[in-house]
Amino acid sequence: MNQRRRAWREILLTAPSFGWLVVLFVVPTLVVFAIAFKPPDALGGIGHGWTLGTWRHLGNPNYPAIIWRTLWMSLVTTALCVLLAVPTGYCMARAPRRWRQPLMLLVVVPFWTSFLVRVFAWKTLLHPDGALKRLLVALHLVADSTSLLYRPETVLLVLVYTYLPFAILPVYAASEKFDFSLMEAAQDLGAHRFRAFVSVFLPGIRRGLLTAVAMVLIPALGSYVIPDVMGGTNSEMIGNKIAQRTFVDRNLPHASALATLLMLAVLLPLALYPLFAGRNNDQKPDRKEVA
Amino acid sequence: MAEFLEFRDIKKSFGAVQAVDGVSLTVQRGEIFSLLGPSGCGKTTLLRMLAGFEAPDQGRILLNGVDITDQPPHKRQVNTIFQNYALFPHMNVRENIAFGLKLAKVSRKEIDERVDAMLELVQMRDQAKKRPSEISGGQKQRVAIARALILKPQVLLLDEPLAALDLKLRQRMLLELDLIHDEVGITFLYVTHDQGEAMSLSDRVAVMNSGKIEQIGTPIEVYEAPTSSFVAAFIGDTNFLEGAVAALADGDYCRVRMPEFESPLLCFNDKRLSVGNRVYLSIRPEKFTISREQPQPDRLRNMLQGKVEDVIYLGNVTKYWVRVGEYRISVSRQHNRFLLDEQPIRWEDDVWISWHADDGFMLERYSESDEDLLQVPPETVFETEEEPEDSSQDGEDRR
Repeated sequence: MNQRRRAWREILLTAPSFGWLVVLFVVPTLVVFAIAFKPPDALGGIGHGWTLGTWRHLGNPNYPAIIWRTLWMSLVTTALCVLLAVPTGYCMARAPRRWRQPLMLLVVVPFWTSFLVRVFAWKTLLHPDGALKRLLVALHLVADSTSLLYRPETVLLVLVYTYLPFAILPVYAASEKFDFSLMEAAQDLGAHRFRAFVSVFLPGIRRGLLTAVAMVLIPALGSYVIPDVMGGTNSEMIGNKIAQRTFVDRNLPHASALATLLMLAVLLPLALYPLFAGRNNDQKPDRKEVA
Repeated sequence: MAEFLEFRDIKKSFGAVQAVDGVSLTVQRGEIFSLLGPSGCGKTTLLRMLAGFEAPDQGRILLNGVDITDQPPHKRQVNTIFQNYALFPHMNVRENIAFGLKLAKVSRKEIDERVDAMLELVQMRDQAKKRPSEISGGQKQRVAIARALILKPQVLLLDEPLAALDLKLRQRMLLELDLIHDEVGITFLYVTHDQGEAMSLSDRVAVMNSGKIEQIGTPIEVYEAPTSSFVAAFIGDTNFLEGAVAALADGDYCRVRMPEFESPLLCFNDKRLSVGNRVYLSIRPEKFTISREQPQPDRLRNMLQGKVEDVIYLGNVTKYWVRVGEYRISVSRQHNRFLLDEQPIRWEDDVWISWHADDGFMLERYSESDEDLLQVPPETVFETEEEPEDSSQDGEDRR
């Protein structure tokens, strides 16, 4: 009886958020999915009947290349972000307590400026007449003729710049909760510092790492502004194509098909996440005051 | 022949705090040696320096005659049982215990055999597949012991290993630690603030205070013959009576004059103090005899008359607080036989307390800074105007 009442209460309490998700997430997603199976009409709207024609168009040799580029750019971005975030998070967590808050502030401070402004700031920096370019030329690191803009590497650089805080924050949060006496225990048992780092610290912040991967990979897959502003035609990503199909070609079914593809790419790693996250039993033991 | 384990004049400070201030001590092979002292006395720092987690500012540490002061932790043949056990949460019990052997690149087969033997020793065979979060505090403790012992360390370091357990479990683990020690015969260096643990487990105890060693001795020595007032007060309860040596008497004894009392008190003069030395006379509560009637005069017994101010009946003992002049003296009495028709000593009763001259100890007066640490009722603690010269202590530490 009591249990049933509790079940009801749970349902009532989750109903608003559930409803919100259904109306604003599930339904639109299904609509997008459905549109992908509709023919376009001449006015840029959606025609009648059902068709697989749009999906056949995805066989266009342009697409595999763009999808491939989207995947590798996102994966490399994720890898670089996590690689940079782990030592950063580790050092932040080991820093004296009174330094941690200011360090955290430094990580978050870019968010105070609009994302677009920051992207355009990069454009100014890397501009052929920009300060950075001139400095590099003066140091004979790049030739005057090389362009720093409109290259896949530039897109990668700005992607990493943009998403790095999203990797640092979860890694830092996990590291801060990590019990560093475990590192001492590992060293005590014969592990040198690096070994202790790999076999005890990294597994200890596993959840933070997975969160960081998800937080970077998912938005990176859907990047649109950064490749659009920083890249040329050789660095287009799937997000750019979706925008093109929607705004330029007015082919909504085509855009929907691409969006569905992207969604699958995002959902797949999310579905695999629980497999790697492991059971929720990594409790931190209470630390008593050390005499 | 070099000593087994030797700390030579170790000093270490953290910022302005002198955590360890010139400690020298030696530990014999196979013994259980305890570092006992209040929080912040430097005992844990000393242990961490032996493990390699802290480097001393000054001094050397020698193990088997080899200077290990500059060796990194993973090279030292000592293993630690951490206060919070520090078991790896992502490994099960078996993997935790095997961790050290895996690093040592021991063969798979040997690892299995040795882990099995360890699981047997700490009676954790059935729990081998469980994660640390799935076992109890006492079991975690055992895994920590097994994980450290499997590497056959020269010295096993135990950092307040029982502090996180409840009283019952603590007593059981204490016995088990003792049994394990008998079985493996490895030297234990045991850090604790709990005198009960240190007394019951140790072969020898070093009592530490503010980064210095106050006394090293067997549990009986530090309890029955403390060399400083700090030791006397930290280990067990005691009463301090303030006075000065008035006369030497009867060969090994002397008379201590207390401004409070008419007649001087007789005390065993083991420290060969001379007339005029200012001392505390320390008498433990259980050394007193308390009675309503005046006891038979005895040449070697001191007698004081007072009034009972408080009585606490604890079952196995009764504690009395007896007012004698300015002092409030703590007396505890065991009931070897309790007769129901006996008229018990009550509050406000006039009583006699007496003790044998051998049961009192003369101690140097401690410095004022120690007073917070000495948990003695305020009435029995006195300000010292002058700092006594601690010449006797230095000699006492190296026995």
